[in-house]
Amino acid sequence: MIGYIARRILSTIPVVGVVAILVFLLLRLSTGDPAVIMAGDSATAAQLAEMRENMGLDQPIWMQFFYWAAQILQGNLGVSLHSNVAVTSMIADRAGPTIALALTTITFSILVAVPMGVIAAWARGTLTDRFVMTLAVLGFSVPVFVTGYALVYVFSLKAGLFPVQGYKEFSDGIGPFATTIVLPSLALSTIYIALIARIARSSVLEVLGEDYIRTARAKGVKERAVFLRHALRNAAVPIVTVIGIGAAFLISGVVVTESVFNIPGLGRLVVESVLARDYPLIQGLILLFSFVYILINLVIDLLYTVFDPRIRY
Amino acid sequence: MKMTCKAMMTAALLFLPGQLAAQNLKIAMESRLSNLDPILSASHQTRDHGYLIYDTLLALDENQKIQPQMVDRYQVSEDGKIYTFTLRDGLKWHDGAPVTAGDAIASIKRWGQRDRMGTELMTIVSEMKAADEKTFTITMSEASSVILDAFAKPSGVTLFIMPERVAATPISEAITDYTGSGPFKFVADRFEPGSQAYYVKNEDYVPRSEPASWFAGGKVAYVDSIERIEMPDPLTAINALNSGEIDYLQTIPFDLLPMVPEGGDTHTDQLDQIGYQLGYRFNSLQQPFDDNLVRQAAMYAIGQEASMLTQFGDPKFFTLCGAAFGCGLPYESDIMADVVVDSNIEKAKELLEQSDYDGETVLIFHVTDLSSMSSIPLVMAQQLEAVGFKVELQSMDFMTMLSRRANKGPVSDNGWSIFVTSWHNLEISDPLRSYMISAAGEDGYAGWASVPEIEELRQTFLRAVTEDERKAIAADIQKLTYENGVFAPLGSFARISGFGPGISGALRTPANVFWNIKKTEG
Repeated sequence: MIGYIARRILSTIPVVGVVAILVFLLLRLSTGDPAVIMAGDSATAAQLAEMRENMGLDQPIWMQFFYWAAQILQGNLGVSLHSNVAVTSMIADRAGPTIALALTTITFSILVAVPMGVIAAWARGTLTDRFVMTLAVLGFSVPVFVTGYALVYVFSLKAGLFPVQGYKEFSDGIGPFATTIVLPSLALSTIYIALIARIARSSVLEVLGEDYIRTARAKGVKERAVFLRHALRNAAVPIVTVIGIGAAFLISGVVVTESVFNIPGLGRLVVESVLARDYPLIQGLILLFSFVYILINLVIDLLYTVFDPRIRY
Repeated sequence: MKMTCKAMMTAALLFLPGQLAAQNLKIAMESRLSNLDPILSASHQTRDHGYLIYDTLLALDENQKIQPQMVDRYQVSEDGKIYTFTLRDGLKWHDGAPVTAGDAIASIKRWGQRDRMGTELMTIVSEMKAADEKTFTITMSEASSVILDAFAKPSGVTLFIMPERVAATPISEAITDYTGSGPFKFVADRFEPGSQAYYVKNEDYVPRSEPASWFAGGKVAYVDSIERIEMPDPLTAINALNSGEIDYLQTIPFDLLPMVPEGGDTHTDQLDQIGYQLGYRFNSLQQPFDDNLVRQAAMYAIGQEASMLTQFGDPKFFTLCGAAFGCGLPYESDIMADVVVDSNIEKAKELLEQSDYDGETVLIFHVTDLSSMSSIPLVMAQQLEAVGFKVELQSMDFMTMLSRRANKGPVSDNGWSIFVTSWHNLEISDPLRSYMISAAGEDGYAGWASVPEIEELRQTFLRAVTEDERKAIAADIQKLTYENGVFAPLGSFARISGFGPGISGALRTPANVFWNIKKTEG
C-alpha cells in the first residue's frame, strides 16, 4: 500500500508538469497584455514596451517558461504582476476561506444526502421517495447564485440572522466563523446534496437486488441490519466516487458562491487573476488546483479499499 | 474634585459615543484595487487610493479654480517662464521626515514621464531646481500657464507627491514603498489584493485652514480608519449597504437603484457633478474607416440619443453632449456638435453612397463587463446596419479590449473598426489632456488618426497665455476633430453612490475622497 501511495504521488510530477506547460502556453498564446491592463487606457506604446521588458514579457516564450520553471523548482511561484505581492502569500491568504467552505459544504452534503438517498431507496415508489427526488431535481436545477441570493434575502435581510457578506476566520471565534459560513455552505450544498442523494439512492437500489441481500433476508437477518451492514456498505463505492468528483468540482463551484457572499477565497482569486492576465498568479493557482485534483483522486482510490476489501493495490 | 472629573468624563462618554469611539469607515468601491502606484497606473481605483495617502502641490476647488494645497504660495516671473513654489509648514511624511522641495521635484520628474499633460509640459521645462528645503523653481523655455493646470489636474495621472527615494523608481516599475504625506496612512500588512485594503488616520497631518472644497482646502480625517472591502458583485454590495455592513458604496448600477430604499437610513447621492464622457474612435488605418467619408457616414448614422437611452434607460441618468472637451467645462464648444449628437440616417446613406465603401466588415468591440457601456455597441451596430454597413460585434471584457485594440491590422487579421470607451470629463477637458482627440498617426492613441493640424494646434494651446486664446484653439481642434472623424462623443453620465446610516460630510468631488466624511454611530 505504501509503495502504491508513493508511486501515485510520484506520478503527479509528470501530470503537474504537463499542466504547467499547457497553462503557460495557453496564457501566452491567448489575447491579453498585462502591461496594458496595468497601465490602463492611456499608456503609450513606448511606455508599454518598457513595462513588458521590466516584467520579462519581452523575452521569447521558451525563455520565460524556463525562468518560471526554475523558480517553481525552488518553491517560488513568483510575484503578482499587478500587486507585487508574492503568489504563495496571496494563495495562502485566500486558501483558508475556500478550504473552510469546501469542508463544511462536503460535510453537510454527506450528512444530509446519504440518509436522503438511502431513505428514498428504502421507501422506493412512495411519497417520501418522490419528495426526495423532487428535492434532488430542484437542487440540480436552481443555480447556486439564485439559491444564494434567496438565502440572503430570507435569513440576512429579512430575519437578520446572518451577515449578508464577508468571512471570519475560525480563529476569530466559532460564532463569527459559523455565522459567515452557514449560508454559503447551504447554498453551495444544494447541488451536491442532489448529486449524492441520487447516486446513493440508485446504488442502494442496485445492491438491494443482489443475491446476497436476498440470502441475508432468507437467513432472517433483521431489515435494519440488511440495510446498514450489507446494502449500504456495498453501495458505498459509487457514493464515495461521486463525493470525490463533487469535491473536485467544488473548486469551480466556489467561484460563484464566493462572489455572491463576498468571501475572499481562491475561486474569486482565479477570476480576478484571469481578468487581469496576472500570469504568475494564474499559473500558481492552476498548479495548485491540478495538485488538489490529483490528491483527491488518490484519496478516493484509497478509500475504495476501506469499503471494498476485494480491492487491493 | 477627582470624583467630579471622573463623573464629567463618564457623562461625556455617555452623551458623545459617536464622537469618542474609534470610527472605522467601511467602503466598497466599483472595482478592485490591484496596483498601488498612482503614477504608473491610470486606474481610478489607484488614483483614489492615492488621494487617501498622498497630497498634491495644487488642487482644484469646487469652482474649478486652482488653489495651493501642499504649496503655501507660488510666484510667476514677469516673463511667465519661471515659477517659484514654496511648500507650506508642517508637511511631514508618514515616517515623520519633513517633505522637501527635492521630494516635489523628483515626483514631478516621474509624473512628467507618464502623464499626457505632464509629458507635454516637460517639453518646455528647461530646469527644476531646489532653492532651499521648502522652495523650488521651475524654468520653462517658453511662457505657459499650463503648468498650474497640469499640477492641479485631479484625474488622469494626478501629480501625487512622493518621497524622493520612492519617486526615484523607474516609471516602468511599480513603487513598493507607500509612504505618503496625506491624511491617511496605508497599512501595507493588511493589504490583500482583491479582498481588502486598510488605512489609518495620519495623526500628524496638518490640514489647511480653509474649508474643504473638492480637492482643495482642509483635508480633515474625521474617521480613525478606513476599511476598503472588495465586492465584485454589485447586488451583494447593495445588500451589504442596506444591512449596514458597509458605510459607503461607490457605485450603484442604475437598474439596481430601486433596491436602495428612499427615505430610510441609507441614502444615495451623485457626488460627481462632472461625470464621464462616453465616446468612440474609428480605426483610421484600415478599411472601411481609412476613408473620411465613411467615418462621416458612420457618425451621422450613430448619433447619441439611441445609444444613451438604451444604455441608461432614463434620460435623468445621462446628458447628450456634442462638445469634444465636455459640457459645462471651460472649453465647451458647439461647433459641429450636431454632427455627433443627432442621428441623420438619410445624410449617412448619402455620404456612404459617395464613399468607396464596398461592403467591408465593420468590427465593433463589444465590452460586456462595464455596466456603463455594455449596450452601446449593440445600438451602434443597428444604426450602422440601417444605412448599409455590414457589421460584426465581438464581445469581450474591457481589459481584453485594451489588448486587442493594439492590433493595427485589418479585420481579417484580428483587427477592429470601432471601439467605445469612457473618460472622466476632467480627463478630456482640454486638448492637452484628452486622448480622444489624439491625431498623431501611428504613434498616437488607438485609432491612429492622422491630422497634423490638430497636433500643431495642441502645441499652440500649450504655449497660449490667455484664456480667450486657448478657447479659440480648443474650438478649432473640435472642428478639425469632427471634420476628420477622429472621434465622436456619445454623451455623458455620472455615477450614483450609496451611504449607510450616520454618514455625512462626503464631498461632491469628481473622484472618491474620504476626508471630511463623518460617521456617527446610531
